[in-house]
Amino acid sequence: MSVGGVEPYAFRAPEHERVMAGSPSGKHDGGKAERFKALALPHLDDAYTLARFLLRNASDADDAVQECFLRAFRHFDSQRGPAVKPWLMAILRNVCRAARSGNRPLALAEDSSEVEVKPLWRDADSTAEELLVRQDNSDAMRRLIEQLPDEFREVIVLREINDLSYRDIATVIDTPIGTVMSRLARARTMLRDAWIAVEGKGRST
Amino acid sequence: MNCDEANILMHALIDGELDAGNARAVEAHVGSCVTCAKQMRDFRDMRRAMGAASLRYRAPEHLRRRIEEKLPAGRTGHASRRAVLQGFSVGAVATALAASGVVAIVMRNDDQRRILGEVVSAHLRSLQGQHLIDVQSSDQHTIKPWFNGRLDVAPPVVDLTAQGFTLIGGRLDYLDAKPAAVIVYRRRVHVINLFCSPSPGEADRGAVMESLQGYNVRHWIENGLDLWAVSDLNADELKEFGQKFEAATRK
Repeated sequence: MSVGGVEPYAFRAPEHERVMAGSPSGKHDGGKAERFKALALPHLDDAYTLARFLLRNASDADDAVQECFLRAFRHFDSQRGPAVKPWLMAILRNVCRAARSGNRPLALAEDSSEVEVKPLWRDADSTAEELLVRQDNSDAMRRLIEQLPDEFREVIVLREINDLSYRDIATVIDTPIGTVMSRLARARTMLRDAWIAVEGKGRST
Repeated sequence: MNCDEANILMHALIDGELDAGNARAVEAHVGSCVTCAKQMRDFRDMRRAMGAASLRYRAPEHLRRRIEEKLPAGRTGHASRRAVLQGFSVGAVATALAASGVVAIVMRNDDQRRILGEVVSAHLRSLQGQHLIDVQSSDQHTIKPWFNGRLDVAPPVVDLTAQGFTLIGGRLDYLDAKPAAVIVYRRRVHVINLFCSPSPGEADRGAVMESLQGYNVRHWIENGLDLWAVSDLNADELKEFGQKFEAATRK
């Protein structure tokens, strides 16, 4: 399987979804489109949410999600991969990475424990104030998540918002489950520290 | 277990991804380490805060339309649930899971998988047969006492009608060869079966969404109760149901 490639196919899916996805050919395209709509479109909000967090921009997210669904549809017949949701999310993640890096795969740190944890609010005093003025918890939390480095942001979103299991997250980001666990632990620690920093500032001002 | 290990594994515990043996080891460490206990409290609180906040985005309508327009036009309507079911076989799912070769330490144990299968089967049985409801009522104060003497514990029965989930009744069912309370809700035409199975001594675990045979299942553990919400409702709305239920029972 390829990390930088586009569609990872190498995972096993629950039989019911594989059977559905790869039903005998020879039927007209309408049947494929109907199956795709029934199985893939329910994940549109999840996909859009991931794209918003990965790209941090609404119109880029629009483009990425559209590209993701069209790619997914083209490869739907040959989908022998994971269950539909993680499969879509893996495609989307690759589309987003390509969009961010001008088609170069991002160089991710090999071992997340080597990554230096920077205080998230070092240069963001005004943002913190702004957040507190707005008193909007959801918005503040979204901002905090958006400030996490890429490889930590994606595991937080996949787990906390997209509700994927560790196994599915491992499929999407193409790492062993152990890496998912250590990244998630780091990500939550960073997020908690940032959260405490914001709240602390709120109390002292 | 040392603090470094506990600091990683406590997340798997919070997420309901740890097997029973490791869960006990983490709990034992956390029980004897003030620092780790505080960490775990923090992370649980944060998870709860994130669950309560609306962090999801809704895909804009124009995006949905653009994607649908680019797909070849087919018959309107959705693939039927029956079509999904026809392609399904329990044995194949088990084989696929076994073949995925995951790290043993973090996998929810086989028991949980088996019970997930049981939950979905019981849900299907309840819809096919006549046994959906033993006690029909939209009043939580009628349903809750009905379980007295039928179960060792009093299941949490909350009326979520105002939140869009209509309480329609309760019944006694069996999970894992043990009696379980089932609280039945309806959302539009969709039935939600909420299985409450006593699991004394089990630590609270955050919700995990699963799907099996085209049905969505939300599983969490709270106050010594294993809770499984199962429905053909879409995952978003079932998650919303779970969150509303949790919020109502914490009041």
